[in-house]
Amino acid sequence: MVKPLFGDGAVHWYTPTNVTLWMGVAIVAILLLLVVGTRGRAVVPTRGQSVAELAYGFVYKMVEDVAGKDGLKYFPYIMTLFMFIVMSNMLGLLPLSYTTTSHVAVTGVLAMAVFLTVTILGFVLHGVSFLKLFWISSAPLALRPILALIEVISYFVRPVSHSIRLAGNMMAGHAVIKVFAGFAALLAISPFAVVAITAMYALETLVAFIQAYVFAILTCVYLKDALHPYH
Amino acid sequence: MEGDIVQMGAYIGAGLACTGMGGAAVGVGHVVGNFLSGALRNPSAAGGQTATMFIGIAFSEALGIFSFLVALLLMFAV
Repeated sequence: MVKPLFGDGAVHWYTPTNVTLWMGVAIVAILLLLVVGTRGRAVVPTRGQSVAELAYGFVYKMVEDVAGKDGLKYFPYIMTLFMFIVMSNMLGLLPLSYTTTSHVAVTGVLAMAVFLTVTILGFVLHGVSFLKLFWISSAPLALRPILALIEVISYFVRPVSHSIRLAGNMMAGHAVIKVFAGFAALLAISPFAVVAITAMYALETLVAFIQAYVFAILTCVYLKDALHPYH
Repeated sequence: MEGDIVQMGAYIGAGLACTGMGGAAVGVGHVVGNFLSGALRNPSAAGGQTATMFIGIAFSEALGIFSFLVALLLMFAV
């Protein structure tokens, strides 16, 4: 639930709530890792610097592999998305914290921003011939209108699936942990419940990272579609 | 009585919607199984395709999550 931090009043757009607090904590965590970690700029990296370099290299290689050399201009945006989603997902695993990316509102805005960026970029770079993305020239001529309709529909479903995938994974994982925690209160099956909670916690850590990776790599795939809309 | 029947319908529908997640599990297993059988035949080419495998897992798991979302909507938002 979205709760205001101070008092019990109504939630307006300017109220500090627990969602804004945990978004701020995620940003502070990213700054601590990337800025303070690499402050020394040592040639032989320290531990923090080496983790920051690992994260940077990982996202750089992903963008270069999927979107090509001219996708690297958009590397800062994809790195921002990836680091924010990884930190938000991981911070949600701490006890008594709040996962901001489990809200469809938050992930919907992220996915909508990706969709608008990619569409506007496609039209700016290629003009009207961006619509060649939907006209599959390797199919028989009679099928092309139907395929074009299906392609247009699946293009517009992209932000919906992009946002619900991340929000649903985060919400579902934490709901399962809450259900098992409820079982742990019943004395008879509490050892099994504690073992199950530990196993689900490990799975949730893995899922937090994988969902951030999937969001970022699908953004790179949509970016490649905008930069090279040939079929 | 009327409200109770609506609630009963919502709960039964939520239970039925959960059968969609079985299809998602089969789909994810299919993708990963094919990847494994290909990777054990040609291990040196497997590294380059792990990204494609993760994209395939994400697409097929998303539909299971859509059915979970329908179940949650029926349970808590009637």
